[in-house]
Amino acid sequence: MSRATILEARNLRVHRGRAQVLQVPALDLRAGEVLALMGPNGAGKSTLMLALAGLLPLSGGSLHFKGVELRSRPDREAFRRRMTMVFQDPLLFDATVAQNIAVGLKLRGVPTAVREPAVRAWAQRLGIGHLLQRSARHLSGGEAQRTALARAFVLGPEILFLDEPFASLDAPAREGLLDDLGHILAETGSTAVISTHDQGEAARLAHRLAVMKEGTILQTGGLREVMNHPQDPFVAAFVGMETLLKGQVMASREGLLTLRLGKGAGGREVLAMGEAQPGQTVLVGVRPENVTLSLQTDKSSSARNTFPGTVTKVLPRGPFFKVELDCGFFLAAYVTAQSLAELGLGPGGTVVASFKATAAHLIRREGLDAEV
Amino acid sequence: MDLIWEGLRKALELLLTLDPEVLRITLLSLKVSGLATLISLLVGLGVAVPVALNEFPGKRLVIALLNTGMGLPPVVVGLFVTVLLWRNGPFGFLEILYTPTAMILAQAVIASPIIAGISLSALQHLPPGLRLQILALGASRPQMVWLLLKEARLPLLAAVMAGFGGVISEVGASIMVGGNIKGQTRVLTTATVMETSKGNFEVAFALSILLLALAFAVNAVLTHVQQRDRSR
Repeated sequence: MSRATILEARNLRVHRGRAQVLQVPALDLRAGEVLALMGPNGAGKSTLMLALAGLLPLSGGSLHFKGVELRSRPDREAFRRRMTMVFQDPLLFDATVAQNIAVGLKLRGVPTAVREPAVRAWAQRLGIGHLLQRSARHLSGGEAQRTALARAFVLGPEILFLDEPFASLDAPAREGLLDDLGHILAETGSTAVISTHDQGEAARLAHRLAVMKEGTILQTGGLREVMNHPQDPFVAAFVGMETLLKGQVMASREGLLTLRLGKGAGGREVLAMGEAQPGQTVLVGVRPENVTLSLQTDKSSSARNTFPGTVTKVLPRGPFFKVELDCGFFLAAYVTAQSLAELGLGPGGTVVASFKATAAHLIRREGLDAEV
Repeated sequence: MDLIWEGLRKALELLLTLDPEVLRITLLSLKVSGLATLISLLVGLGVAVPVALNEFPGKRLVIALLNTGMGLPPVVVGLFVTVLLWRNGPFGFLEILYTPTAMILAQAVIASPIIAGISLSALQHLPPGLRLQILALGASRPQMVWLLLKEARLPLLAAVMAGFGGVISEVGASIMVGGNIKGQTRVLTTATVMETSKGNFEVAFALSILLLALAFAVNAVLTHVQQRDRSR
């Protein structure tokens, strides 16, 4: 489905003092899509968001909202009113929940008769309908962020910016709110930009992903595309592609590559997907959820890459466990608690790891030193 | 000790009989200091808001000057205002020296830096992201300032209390620019000084009790407003 571009940023630059803190060559936001900005702290996610929302002076570049250049317009305030933002800190006013949700409408001069039902409806929708008369001072973290979200949604923004809205919440509050926000975004068909450093949040909410580092965007693309085909090791690590294997292309046929891993890996061969020339040194990545573990080699499995290995670490990862293996090279796999018990896995144990060729993706070809 | 008891007895008598002179002095005190506080609130916010919301070279110096101004000695203010309003002075043509207007002016000079300093600190203590959040909700600049002041209303009330407390109790400037003229510029503090120097301790006691009661009453009202909001 092709959607109209509603926000178009080109060569966006922001300076803080003399230092350039943001330099984004191009970013498009399409109507109805949720774009997740991912990156570590200090990558420039918040700065980019503030710049896109017209809340930060740009030192260069252009910003078009529905075809209209925003930078030079004297009526930028009117455009600012068509978008809104929710921050990590709910930043509620010292007033009741109802008064907080109504703030934006009041600023726009919306009459009480229209305001009140809208406030009530959005409070209900975010599960805080019973708290309308409560002082914002007496809310839990989750309730406060729900109030902040209701305060934003009630404005019917054409673009909703969400700057790490879950980062300060405890796990149960975050889970509940993630679910509700996902539903609301889908039901309203909202156009939204959300920043997060959690790939799980991005995967649950976003259609597209932009990975940032040091004030610029490294890669933009569909959620699956970026998750499975990160363009460089930084993006790969950030989207949770934990295993990176370096090897030399031995054969390349119809997108199927046969690689020989380096000396440390004992010259093992791995089958991967991608386009490369024989003789080239390449990097391939494997997501841990695509690696299966068993006690014996499963003859019936279609997985072409099978490696015996020794467990080095078992780490809890939310509902799963991450098992780190030494197969002559590093390999990470996710397993359920049940599998962990059935396989009797623990540090020092031996196991057979396998993954399909389609789970091993070529990350990049250039810039690696030729020595394998 | 007798002196004190006698003084208190006499003071009570003056209060209960609503002595017209005492009443007039009290009302003038309230009027002069009340108006001075009101003017100081406007001036104080007028200074505090732009200083808090903008970054400019010399901002720290301005803040340091404001904080120094919070401890401005009333006699120094009295001296300067007197000189300025003196018959041959630059504002002598106004002919307001030794009138309540001059006292209001002098007290406003004393209270303005107090209110500006505390207000500035109140605004600077709001969460750093709040300004952006308010703009993101679609506020114009005046709307943003209004919401910020509303959010800081409790410490702003404290600023008003401090300003009022500073001027209702000062005597130096009032006596210098007002002259303690009976029926015209005599206020509780200047009258207390005079009665004490004359040895009329019981009258001085009565005036002091009234001064304390007035300060208490005004602050009680403001505190009530502040704490009712706080505990809501």
